[in-house]
Amino acid sequence: MEQPVVDVTGLSRSFAHKTALDGVSFSAAAGQVYGLVGSNGAGKTTLLKHLLGLLRATSGSVRVFGLDPVRDPAAVLGRIGYLSEEHELPEWMRVDELMRYTQAFHPTWDTAYARELLDTFALDPAKKIKELSKGMRAQAGLIAAVAHRPELLILDEPSSGLDAVVRRDILDAIVRAVADDGRTVIFSSHLLDEVERMSDHVTLLHEGRVALSGVLDDVRGAYQRSRVHFTEHFDRPPALDTALVTEGGGRTWSVVHSGSIQQFRESVSARGGEVIESRDATLEEIFLARAGRARPQAEAA
Amino acid sequence: MDITINLADGVPIYRQIVNQVKYLVASRLLLPGEELPPIRALALQLKVTPNTVVKAYGELEMSGIIQKRQGSGTFISESRAPQVALKERRRVIEQRIDRLLAEAHQLNFSADEILRMVRERRAAMDESAAGPDEDKAAKS
Repeated sequence: MEQPVVDVTGLSRSFAHKTALDGVSFSAAAGQVYGLVGSNGAGKTTLLKHLLGLLRATSGSVRVFGLDPVRDPAAVLGRIGYLSEEHELPEWMRVDELMRYTQAFHPTWDTAYARELLDTFALDPAKKIKELSKGMRAQAGLIAAVAHRPELLILDEPSSGLDAVVRRDILDAIVRAVADDGRTVIFSSHLLDEVERMSDHVTLLHEGRVALSGVLDDVRGAYQRSRVHFTEHFDRPPALDTALVTEGGGRTWSVVHSGSIQQFRESVSARGGEVIESRDATLEEIFLARAGRARPQAEAA
Repeated sequence: MDITINLADGVPIYRQIVNQVKYLVASRLLLPGEELPPIRALALQLKVTPNTVVKAYGELEMSGIIQKRQGSGTFISESRAPQVALKERRRVIEQRIDRLLAEAHQLNFSADEILRMVRERRAAMDESAAGPDEDKAAKS
């Protein structure tokens, strides 16, 4: 096995009295795209900051390119491209100064690629960062993150609050990093459409823990949503094998379930019901089933 | 290449690409010997991870529909594509028929009634095409 680009094992981290990450393990292989999802405060940004060496693990280990990013920041950060949600950039600099400044840290800086992106985005090199719109800041930040053709590209909610044009620019940069250079990308997003299109692997964080992680197509294939019809009325969701979420009322219920379809069908007919239709669950339905708010309990089986 | 990804229908994206390439071959919108877009270009067009296109092309190559030529690109196979096209044409229509029959069953139509209705609809279509706007019908 090739050494993973990122290898996080049993990572825990607390801030004051709050546990941000609790025994998180995560690993990323070269040339793959990893989508990180979860609600606000689930721990996505905290996890990414550990990869950048900005936070030290309370317990557990973090390795990037086999190195500890806290102990060896120079060796690790030079090989990473990073774009944060806030697009924090030095306000006083002009766009061209930002390019030269970033270039100075990265011997692998690709001047032609940087110029091509500046042209594509129609960014004025003479403009001050503080004069740029939110979308233009994201574009400037994106160039600074990708023009040294980093081995690992980390994007923290890159699309947040941006219009469709700039979102497309960001997705294009991800495609190019993978297709042209076989690079590794880890991005967090709350846009499930984007995650579903762009990810090879998906990880769901919930309250600081990994609630779900795997190859996207496997994850999608492992959950179904079925409509179920019973002869009898139920006041509370009927308990069914492999069911994760049961919604509805009376005689008709909609169920997100995983595992053997046969087992589910048998369980439904044992309660005097019939499965009307089944389809693969959407990512949103899967995530809600795995990390939703507490729901009314099903009756005891 | 005219491919549309639909995230709502539960079919994995790589499979949607495979099915639609087969469909394009079956409907002769892609011809034997024609070149497919490079992986990077199709990934950019569809806004999907390049590895998904790699997986789709891999599957199409395994089933003989496309061929990679060393250093020049990916092409619709001259030998296997016509055969696949034949099978795919049947598969697409049979799938539609299955759905139609299931719905007909729900609504209490017999297969014979459905057959008769298909002929009637066909006749009505021909009539309206030859009807008021003859000029347009002749052109299309």
